[in-house]
Amino acid sequence: MNDLLFDFRLDKSLKTAFINREFDAELSLVWDAFTTAEILDQWWAPKPWSSKTKVMIFEPGGRRFYAMVSPEGQERWSVQKYTSISPKTNFKFLNAFADENENPELPGSEWDLNFSEENGKTKVSVSIYNESLERMEKMIEMGFKEGFSMTLNSLEELLATLSKQ
Amino acid sequence: MRRDIFQAIADPTRRAIIALIAMQAMTPNAIADNFNTTRQSVSKHLRILTECELLKQEHQGREIYYSLEIEKMKEVDEWLNQFRKIWETRYNQLDDVLFTLKKQKK
Repeated sequence: MNDLLFDFRLDKSLKTAFINREFDAELSLVWDAFTTAEILDQWWAPKPWSSKTKVMIFEPGGRRFYAMVSPEGQERWSVQKYTSISPKTNFKFLNAFADENENPELPGSEWDLNFSEENGKTKVSVSIYNESLERMEKMIEMGFKEGFSMTLNSLEELLATLSKQ
Repeated sequence: MRRDIFQAIADPTRRAIIALIAMQAMTPNAIADNFNTTRQSVSKHLRILTECELLKQEHQGREIYYSLEIEKMKEVDEWLNQFRKIWETRYNQLDDVLFTLKKQKK
């Protein structure tokens, strides 16, 4: 484990997830890691899954069409449409599950990613907004159920998380 | 109709009810005393929570006591943990990638 900040929470309506994390690298490198297909594919999918980007045009109105590939070779496609980009500061996209022909399954979720650097460390703040709760659930169900051993926290902790905000 | 456990806890009044009866089993009247709303509206929330299997009822004499299904709450907790775990794993992988990229740059 490292001592870099990691913060994960949901808002009270359970519609927005916030994920904050610090990285021990300069901003331009972290920005590249989030915005370049070749680098993204190296870390985006939690192992043993892998990420396969078929199309990536990183510009406003552009998109990333990619699959999460299971160890058995099963592909789960998604398309991320970039809605705004402020270089090395922020970008936003609409994420939707899709079939292999890029037909999206709407509604999707709205992602907002912020980048800032301090003392050589880069902080990335991600917020993900889902209009429907079922979809938030689906994001987890899609492929990730297997492969993760989970630890159960106590009920008190859950209630604390929900009431903190 | 399938009731969704996440719909159940997304409502602030229902979350407050959960927090209340997590401490002790309570009657519908005792629960309603904690809210500035009609008993009717509290019973509606209790019904939804019951349909989600988050509450169990116990009859003691003429009174009904509601208490929390802890196991069911754990499902929510498990789900949250999975989500958290995805991001933890993903970002730990990114740490490794960044480390490699930094070395290549030197």
